[in-house]
Amino acid sequence: MSERFDALIIGAGMSGMAASIRLAMYGQKVVVLERHLIPGGLNSYYQRGKRSFDVGLHALTNFVEKGQKGPLTKLMKQLRIPYEAFDLIPQKRSLIHFPSQKLGFTNEFEYFRSEVHQAFPNDTENFDRLIEKIRSFNETALTNEYLSAKLVVKQFIRDELLVEMIFAPLLIYGSAWENDMDFSQFVIMFKALYFEGFSRPRGGVRTIIDLLMKKMEEVGVDLRFKTGVAAIITGEGRVRGVETDKGDILECAKIYSSAGFGETLKMMTDEPSTQPRVGALSFTESLFCLDKKVRSTGFEDTIVFYNDSDKYHYQASAELYDPRSAVICVPNNYSQDDAQEEMVRVTYIANFAKWNELPRPQYKIEKEKMGQAAWNLVNQVVPNLNANILFQDLFTPTTVKKYTGHEGGAVYGSPDKTRSGQTGIEGLYIIGTDQGFLGIVGAMLSGISIANLYGLVGGDA
Amino acid sequence: MQAEQVRQVVLDIIADVSMEDDLSNIKDEVALRDQLDLDSMDFLDIVMELKKRHKVEVPQEDYPRLASLSSCVEYLTPKMMQ
Ligand SMILES: Cc1cc2nc3c(=O)[nH]c(=O)nc-3n(C[C@H](O)[C@H](O)[C@H](O)COP(=O)(O)OP(=O)(O)OC[C@H]3O[C@@H](n4cnc5c(N)ncnc54)[C@H](O)[C@@H]3O)c2cc1C
Repeated sequence: MSERFDALIIGAGMSGMAASIRLAMYGQKVVVLERHLIPGGLNSYYQRGKRSFDVGLHALTNFVEKGQKGPLTKLMKQLRIPYEAFDLIPQKRSLIHFPSQKLGFTNEFEYFRSEVHQAFPNDTENFDRLIEKIRSFNETALTNEYLSAKLVVKQFIRDELLVEMIFAPLLIYGSAWENDMDFSQFVIMFKALYFEGFSRPRGGVRTIIDLLMKKMEEVGVDLRFKTGVAAIITGEGRVRGVETDKGDILECAKIYSSAGFGETLKMMTDEPSTQPRVGALSFTESLFCLDKKVRSTGFEDTIVFYNDSDKYHYQASAELYDPRSAVICVPNNYSQDDAQEEMVRVTYIANFAKWNELPRPQYKIEKEKMGQAAWNLVNQVVPNLNANILFQDLFTPTTVKKYTGHEGGAVYGSPDKTRSGQTGIEGLYIIGTDQGFLGIVGAMLSGISIANLYGLVGGDA
Repeated sequence: MQAEQVRQVVLDIIADVSMEDDLSNIKDEVALRDQLDLDSMDFLDIVMELKKRHKVEVPQEDYPRLASLSSCVEYLTPKMMQ
């Protein structure tokens, strides 16, 4: 006889872990199946020698102080994790860095507002009206229509440069569309970055993963590593169970999948009714461990959103990577810094297919070249750094695919989301990236919202 | 269960759900939403906790009856008599 569960969750990334906690907390028999050896998905960690690295943490978005309302405190409450446990260190400042203009933002929205007012005097009132619109918009309603954010914002803001500068961080931190984003997603990201801001748990992403793992154990989630799902067994329009890579059958009433929308549908034994597109946006990341603190040169910014012209190109890279823009992150440049060594990370938009087809020796050479370009950029953005590289590590879109299973190494998944989480199959729901709430906070909220809606309230209606 | 005990049951649940330690100033007649940072997700949890701890079912159409502490007590006391 095969095992039977109330809820089966595919993936132990941020969304899967959060969903599992909600369901098990209220007595459901929950199993989480994860193909890899460790939890975290795209937001995991790894060890190289004595050094420990986060895969995907530049910053935790949505920073609020204890006791303040916001997505971050909402998810902490839902998971019953106290605020202090995250041990958050707020950022000092981040910078949108275009050649003709620069805009800083901090965890106080007023700072950003005055930066915009100063740099774009002709758009001050327009900007304030846009803020009003954003403030009053209910961005998390699962029933919102998809709408071009660029179209909406251009109804308010006249100066193209300001539009480009506002969008740059929001796109690279949370859009699966090229050069635009859904308006609800725009509002989510605007609030997450500009209203609320950045922080970082003292222990990096490990802190969050450890908290989630501890909770999962407390509420009795059955978590299985090295257990990939090979097929989702459906019949008569509803879910029956799964078959694992090893050929075991597990029966279940409901499946919550963080494997991606298209990826999940393809695993079904029945013919799916839609075929979401494969996302075009992937990244490379270069990590440098340095013998000198960036701060010692007077450079105070945590994250720099760099762009080399007045137009920001957030689109599939034609080459291995697109050197025209980058995110430069100094993950220890927060208001407190306990780290011994300095670290700088540089993210480029990259082309999965081009990296994927490189033969091994060539792949290594191209990776080195990309690392060199990234290092040159760091030295351009942080003048007089004069630091030595103690260690460096580089990853490419093929690494993203390996960690997430996302086709095309698409960091933010498919451009076709399923905001309601529904798939057309009763009992099969999408959580995380392809439900559409992106990033670390987004992924956890996605898992929570979808688990609440279909697992606890029980409404397919 | 008596009204006073039901009141305590609800307070305990609200304290856990909202993760607030201090509910001593709460006013029985005023809507909970207006006094505490509670949204629809939290109200779901109040309902789920009632079920988990006390086997009381609150159907969705009755959620408005959990608006204030006194309306909770009025609504739940008969249900918790059995
Ligand atoms: C370089 C980089 C930097 C980033 N920086 C930030 C940042 O600073 N701040 C931020 O908020 N976000 C950041 N992100 C984004 C963030 O990492 C993701 O949005 C988030 O982690 C997505 O979580 P998820 O649960 O939706 O999916 P995933 O993390 O993709 O989890 C899915 C899990 O499912 C597993 N899986 C897939 N298929 C199967 C299968 N068939 N069977 C079993 N298991 C399966 C995978 O192994 C994986 O563990 C960054 C991403 C990258 C790449």
